[in-house]
Amino acid sequence: MKEREPLFSTKNLNLLRDPLNDSNPITVQVLGICSALAVTVKLKPSVVLAISVVAVMAVSNVVISLLRKSIPPRIRIIVQLTVIATMVILVDEILQAFAYDVSKQLSVFVGLIITNCIIMGRLEAFAMANKPWPAFLDGIGNAAGYGVILIIVAFFRELLGSGTIWDYPLFEKLGIFSIGYVNNGLMILPPMALITVGIIIWVQRARNKKLIEDK
Amino acid sequence: MKSFSNTYIFVFSTVMVMLVATLLSFVAEQLKPFQEKNIEIEKKLDILRSVGIARDIDDVKDKDIYVEEAYDKNITKSFAINPEGELKADVEAFKVNLKAELAKSSEDRNLPVFVYVDEDGKEIYILPLQGKGLWGPIWGYISLEEDMTTIYGAIFAHAKETPGLGAEINTDWYQAQYPGKKIFDDAGKFTSVRVVKGGADPDDPHAVDAISGGTITSVALQEMMEECLGNYETFFKTKSN
Repeated sequence: MKEREPLFSTKNLNLLRDPLNDSNPITVQVLGICSALAVTVKLKPSVVLAISVVAVMAVSNVVISLLRKSIPPRIRIIVQLTVIATMVILVDEILQAFAYDVSKQLSVFVGLIITNCIIMGRLEAFAMANKPWPAFLDGIGNAAGYGVILIIVAFFRELLGSGTIWDYPLFEKLGIFSIGYVNNGLMILPPMALITVGIIIWVQRARNKKLIEDK
Repeated sequence: MKSFSNTYIFVFSTVMVMLVATLLSFVAEQLKPFQEKNIEIEKKLDILRSVGIARDIDDVKDKDIYVEEAYDKNITKSFAINPEGELKADVEAFKVNLKAELAKSSEDRNLPVFVYVDEDGKEIYILPLQGKGLWGPIWGYISLEEDMTTIYGAIFAHAKETPGLGAEINTDWYQAQYPGKKIFDDAGKFTSVRVVKGGADPDDPHAVDAISGGTITSVALQEMMEECLGNYETFFKTKSN
């Protein structure tokens, strides 16, 4: 009889750890960029979207992994989409009921989680071929890898663009405006999200030699 | 790869769809009261903001209670009228769905009016607006002074206008243009307030600046005011005489 693998074996832990760095969905695989540009003007919506994606991804991965042997391959994409869409609608309904302001700010982007390539990608590439527990970890890992970048980008964009952190007027309280500092309006516009992501990729590659191609 | 029969695929999809549908409708039903409460609070807040109350809402901890209290205290009465200006006693103003009313033929419409009494004891009349923007609905509230022509305050909101362009209608700088403008000219003719491309003459009491790059939304807003306030024309005239 095969020995049971411990819940947090190195292999399983790597499922969580890898997407945070070596195979980060945004900075290495460059997936899910669209929402990273749109919602990262302020920290609060970014954190809410990150949590929503973690929830959707973890649950969808587990559901698909549980069903993986009974899903007919010919309609597997439809089944995956149905599971994701159901989860997204649930998240959207819950936000509308309990976090109305944030849900209005995120508006269409909650719905657009459905089209987030990271989720479909993980369902197709991982959950269809693995047991529920590793699939769960993989889902959490990848969604967290996505969320972390979202939050880093939002942190800088909110700080430099509006001078606030989580709507707390940090720069105003520190008295930086009185010595002539002005908010950088460009940070609020979508192109700066792309440039911020670019800088994050640069920093990551400078520190992580594994990511640099041979040539 | 394991192969599945067509029957299996049909059964699988049917069961899946039925399960999902049951789950989603159950959740939607359970959450509906919370969602409706949020929408009601937002409507009350919009009404309050159109007369300049609740500006400090962002600093308030428990928004719902604050809005409910401010609404009950400040909005002293509300009623619905028909386009002839006659009172419709059986209609509750707050519950009127303006979008549905505007779809009716003009003589059947129920038109809500909310009344706020300011510090000097003057009655301010708050009227809802509803229209179509570029990408989706736009709406707002206009408050008028007792003379029924001078605008006291205005707020606008939108569902999905373009950020930075049409979406500017819900910003302070845009809405701040409205107070003091007049919707009737000196001869007593209903003119509403126009949006002017390239900047309005500051002395013109019937015009405000349009939003650069947001022409369609600006024009939609002008049409919305013209249509919605136009419904009240008879009411305004009888009230101001």
